[in-house]
Amino acid sequence: MTAQDGFIYIKSVSKLFGSLRAVDDISFTIREGEFFSLLGPSGCGKTTLLRMLAGFEHPTYGEIYIDGQAMSGVAPNSRPTNMVFQNYAIFPHLDVRQNIAYGLRNRQMTKATIDDAVDKALNLIKLPSYGYRKPHQLSGGQRQRVALARALVCQPKVLLLDEPLGALDKKLREEMQLELRQLQQSVGITFVFVTHDQEEALTMSDRIAVMSKGRVLQIDAAQQLYEEPNCREVAGFIGSMNFIDGRLLSASHGNYLVDAGPFGQLRVTAKEGQIIHGNVTIAVRPEKITLSETPFPSSQENVVKGRLAARAYLGDRNHYYVETAHNAAPMAVARQNMIRDGQVDHLVGKDIWLSWSPDSAVLLDPASS
Amino acid sequence: MGTRIRPSALGTYAVLFLIFLYGPVLLLPLFSVNDSIYITFPLKGFTFNWYQQMSQNDQMINALKASLKVAASVSVISTILGFIAAKAVTRFALPGRALFVGFIMLPLIIPSLVLALALLVVLRKILGFELSLMTVAAGHVMLCVPFSMLILISRLEGFDRSLEEAAYDLGDSALKVLVRVTLPLVWPAIISSLLLCFTASFDEYLIAAFLSGSDGTLPVFIFSQLRFPQNLPGVLALGSCILVGSVILVTLAEVVRRRGGPVRESGALGS
Repeated sequence: MTAQDGFIYIKSVSKLFGSLRAVDDISFTIREGEFFSLLGPSGCGKTTLLRMLAGFEHPTYGEIYIDGQAMSGVAPNSRPTNMVFQNYAIFPHLDVRQNIAYGLRNRQMTKATIDDAVDKALNLIKLPSYGYRKPHQLSGGQRQRVALARALVCQPKVLLLDEPLGALDKKLREEMQLELRQLQQSVGITFVFVTHDQEEALTMSDRIAVMSKGRVLQIDAAQQLYEEPNCREVAGFIGSMNFIDGRLLSASHGNYLVDAGPFGQLRVTAKEGQIIHGNVTIAVRPEKITLSETPFPSSQENVVKGRLAARAYLGDRNHYYVETAHNAAPMAVARQNMIRDGQVDHLVGKDIWLSWSPDSAVLLDPASS
Repeated sequence: MGTRIRPSALGTYAVLFLIFLYGPVLLLPLFSVNDSIYITFPLKGFTFNWYQQMSQNDQMINALKASLKVAASVSVISTILGFIAAKAVTRFALPGRALFVGFIMLPLIIPSLVLALALLVVLRKILGFELSLMTVAAGHVMLCVPFSMLILISRLEGFDRSLEEAAYDLGDSALKVLVRVTLPLVWPAIISSLLLCFTASFDEYLIAAFLSGSDGTLPVFIFSQLRFPQNLPGVLALGSCILVGSVILVTLAEVVRRRGGPVRESGALGS
């Protein structure tokens, strides 16, 4: 990997706070015009990485390149980046127009040009008549937009967003996700977006880096992350996942046969070339499992028998929890509520059969995390 | 309605408390217009004589001028030093920060008498300075920096650091961040600090008594006048003028502070 490969190139970057490795030897690239998310639980180092891109923190080791330029020694006020802060950081003593014009006033621009840019920005964020309001007269969502406009009018090469939707309520957050994504596509600026909300990352991003304990576990597009997680931690962090431990019996042309103890032999179709030996973990998503109150025909593969322990009603779908002979944790099965009163409550406490297709499961190396 | 008029125990206590606090102060203007050099009841008659006498007492006017000069420079210098120290303490990871703050706060705890003596020895015997209003001001700055720093630290800690980061991120230099964001947001605290340091210096007696040379400050002068009963009503007249002046000043400051109020209460700061 070289600096030319990516618009942003993070090269062997570590950040130590005392003895704490907040960011631990991370290397990856971000493409130009990409909506790139850093996803992980709090304390995983995603915000520290973002602040290093902005220039507020400096890597202890390694180097960050933006558009081919090494960033060490470049102060935040001369980087081609602008940031949208978690709590927006709108200047409370300035009105909306003054806030948006803040960065432009550091440039050689006439007042008319600035006014023009501010008008355009106000239209972009759909608040054209709010220019002379003070920040305390704005709602959370409006402040969020002003913060976005203030950063965008500076026309940065990279826009950095630190959990900008975290403080909004669920409905507004979903609206803003959509708006933010459309905005990014219309302005074509590279977005680096930090979030701990996996749904948010999946909805908005071109690619997502899943982080944990200062390291990057996997970088992929939403679908790959969800369908082909590369380790147990990613599989568990994104959506919910059932894990079944076993031993690999045979592998040929992407067909893997696993001895899963009391479950008997289970088959997984996976990417060829995956080098796995010995102990393996099969991962199956709850929605990929079929439920049946009667035994499946004997020709059916990957059948597991259990007892229906509980049901959780989630509105659009039900989650069924099935206790089995093999796993300590009950297996979760999701079923869409296609018809009203379609639940199987009368089966709670009774035997039930589960099955899934070999190509819906993923094979993981249990040692990977 | 009857219950509201009947004085409650708490109400009575509050009234007594206010009388206790402000009663003695209000005697000042009362006796300053009393036609007698003795401060006793019953009052004799109404007169503005003492005010006239006050305005003709050049010594007293000079002492007042000296005090105003000292207090004004002390409040400005202390607030500047206090701001710089408060900024350092709140914005940078200083090694030994607690120790540093502790040392600056020490003049708050050390008896002024000790401070005054120590300063006298250092300035006079070791450094060989002539005592003057400058030495008084220096002593007062030492006394006032802790006040100023305490006020400004609480204000700086109260506002979101990301505001300064945002300004920096939007292209400001460090100096511009200070002028465009930090100062506009801390200025109510700066006004408070200026006022507090001004009053602290204006009525300080001990250090002024030890460190002033030929021209003393007002408290020192007034204390020296207490020996002469005929001068006392003039002092009362001056006291009344100062009282009125400070009420006007404090009211103005409060009005100004309230007008700057919404800045503090807006969301980004409150969070």
